[in-house]
Amino acid sequence: MSYFIGIDIGSTCAKTIVMDRERRILHRLLQPTGWSSVETAEEIKKKLLDLAIDVEKEKVVATGYGRVSVPFADKCVTEISCHGKGAAILHESADVLIIDIGGQDTKIIEVQGGAVTDFLMNDKCSAGTGRFLEVMANTLGVDPKQLCEMARKGGNTTISSLCTVFAESEVISLIGRGENRENIAFAVIDSIASKVVSQAGHMSPGNKLVCLTGGLCDYDYLRDTLSEKLHVTVNAKPDGRYAGAIGAASFAVAMEE
Amino acid sequence: MSDYVKMWKDLGMDLEAHDNLCQVLPTAVGDVFLTQENRPKAMDFWDMVISEVHGIRPAELIEAQKEGRKVFGTFCVYVPDEVVVAANGIVTGLCGGSQFWVPDGEAVLPKNTCPLVKASVGARLGKTCPFFRIADMYVGETTCDGKKKAYEILGEDVPMYVMDVPQMKREKDILKWKEEIKEFAAKVEEFTGNKITPEKLADAIKLINEKRKAMQRVYDARKSKCLPISGRDALLMTQISFFDDPARCAQMCNKLADELEQRIKDGVSVVPEGTKRILVTGTPLAVPNWKLHNIIETSGAAVVCEEMCTGTRYFENLVDESKTTLDEQYMALSERYMKTNCACFTPNTGRIDDILRLAKEYQVDGVIDCSLKFCCLYDTEKYSVSRALKEAGIPVLSLETDYEDSDAEQLRTRIGAFVEMLNEK
Repeated sequence: MSYFIGIDIGSTCAKTIVMDRERRILHRLLQPTGWSSVETAEEIKKKLLDLAIDVEKEKVVATGYGRVSVPFADKCVTEISCHGKGAAILHESADVLIIDIGGQDTKIIEVQGGAVTDFLMNDKCSAGTGRFLEVMANTLGVDPKQLCEMARKGGNTTISSLCTVFAESEVISLIGRGENRENIAFAVIDSIASKVVSQAGHMSPGNKLVCLTGGLCDYDYLRDTLSEKLHVTVNAKPDGRYAGAIGAASFAVAMEE
Repeated sequence: MSDYVKMWKDLGMDLEAHDNLCQVLPTAVGDVFLTQENRPKAMDFWDMVISEVHGIRPAELIEAQKEGRKVFGTFCVYVPDEVVVAANGIVTGLCGGSQFWVPDGEAVLPKNTCPLVKASVGARLGKTCPFFRIADMYVGETTCDGKKKAYEILGEDVPMYVMDVPQMKREKDILKWKEEIKEFAAKVEEFTGNKITPEKLADAIKLINEKRKAMQRVYDARKSKCLPISGRDALLMTQISFFDDPARCAQMCNKLADELEQRIKDGVSVVPEGTKRILVTGTPLAVPNWKLHNIIETSGAAVVCEEMCTGTRYFENLVDESKTTLDEQYMALSERYMKTNCACFTPNTGRIDDILRLAKEYQVDGVIDCSLKFCCLYDTEKYSVSRALKEAGIPVLSLETDYEDSDAEQLRTRIGAFVEMLNEK
């Protein structure tokens, strides 16, 4: 049988999805991107060979910031188009507003009738991204997921700096002042959600399904905070972090359609 | 450009620093222009000019100065060339479009100043651009706060005259601009020692109108679905037009337009059929800033029009040639220049009308609204521009960038996604 492969090389993680012609997901691979996208692509190639899938024989679409470093890709598609397509497939809806929080950027993507109609990406700044959360979690000596759950029990604290470096100093001074960790965690999540909401504010959800994709999609408290601030239910699927790879694999199928 | 070393030395330039600029420019020209296929033959002229951009034209200007003519350096499409030309002066554009000049500008200006202003100040103070050395007088204008303050700094180093551009477009503002033009004319007369007569001004108006018409012809050819010229080549033509002799500029543009019109008849296009057509709007792209056009056109789309100072704002609208007294002529000039729609005016709904009109005339599939970093005026206007375009059903991508290459990949992702989006439509 033919396999259709989508590879999403993000700043933090590389996601791979293998689909059949009917766009059913057969395999998922997840690994850190590491320092070399080219090596990561080679590793993915090996792992797929272990599954008896030869990338040279199958249709491969690469996406993510490392998309140009996948030598065996038949096509490169931007992460905007792939996340749009992937989220629409995941949520089985042709009209979605996607909030994708990635390692180094946050994207708001509007999909209508199954196609991207508008999008926004944050600037070079890492405010409101996964990296921001990682740095803050590191400062608090927990992992990002733990930080997110701690935040649920906190409150009444804010971080005003959007810059990751300044915000880290702010967190350190909060620690120094004896503020409890839950309150600091609350402030961190609040800061990320506020930044994302102000970005999403440029696009109105209308009657579209709002969904969260990217590495933070299963961070329930973040999703709750976003829902509250946006006054809509923000949906997520367990495979949300694979949205870009699913979209890429779907484009690989489309190449043969 | 080795033949010009003595000239640069005589101009008091920093040769060592200037060599670094001379070394990177050919690569940039090669990458952006010479890699294109099927270019119009008439582009040879602009290829030659850009390959010796700090040589050929500066040498001409110096020759003219030897004959006693004065060179006026300008920074804005509101400054009326006609007045200078009528007094036998020469106008040259001075806007800096390279990151190369930014650090020297940052030595005296805040970092959060627009790169065009920083590069322009840096090019003068760093002594690395012959045009900035040659100009006998700089003519500034009050179109933005960054420029206003920068002119004060430049004014310490070079004779500087600043025209006060109105901020609104009421009848009294058009009258006020006429008075500004009249005062500028007096200054030009004093500086050149030449009297401006109605006959001379009429000739100058005609000359500059001819240049505008020729540039418009090239742009008209870009309206064709059979696209006879790339956006990069058209942009280069426009950028150089700020520096060239107006009569030669008109002649070369007309020659190019002849070829483009023939190409359309012969069905010769520089892009495959169905390539998405982009209108670029926003802040000017001063030479050698080709970053945006290059990314768009290597991402599978084509730029077919620029609603910019380095674009339609420069040549649209003609000056009424029927006036016979200086007073009427200054009024005719004011009326023409005040039709240009810059974000420094409030309100500036005329620009939105222009964008919607141009989008239709040039049959565009999408609009990219791009402003230089720290340009508060154009950045803020993006809101109403994108709203109007969305209402008209025209996809729009808003961007902000500077002269650095560090965001090239981020821009490529956004522009690539925008082109993919247009292709899916």
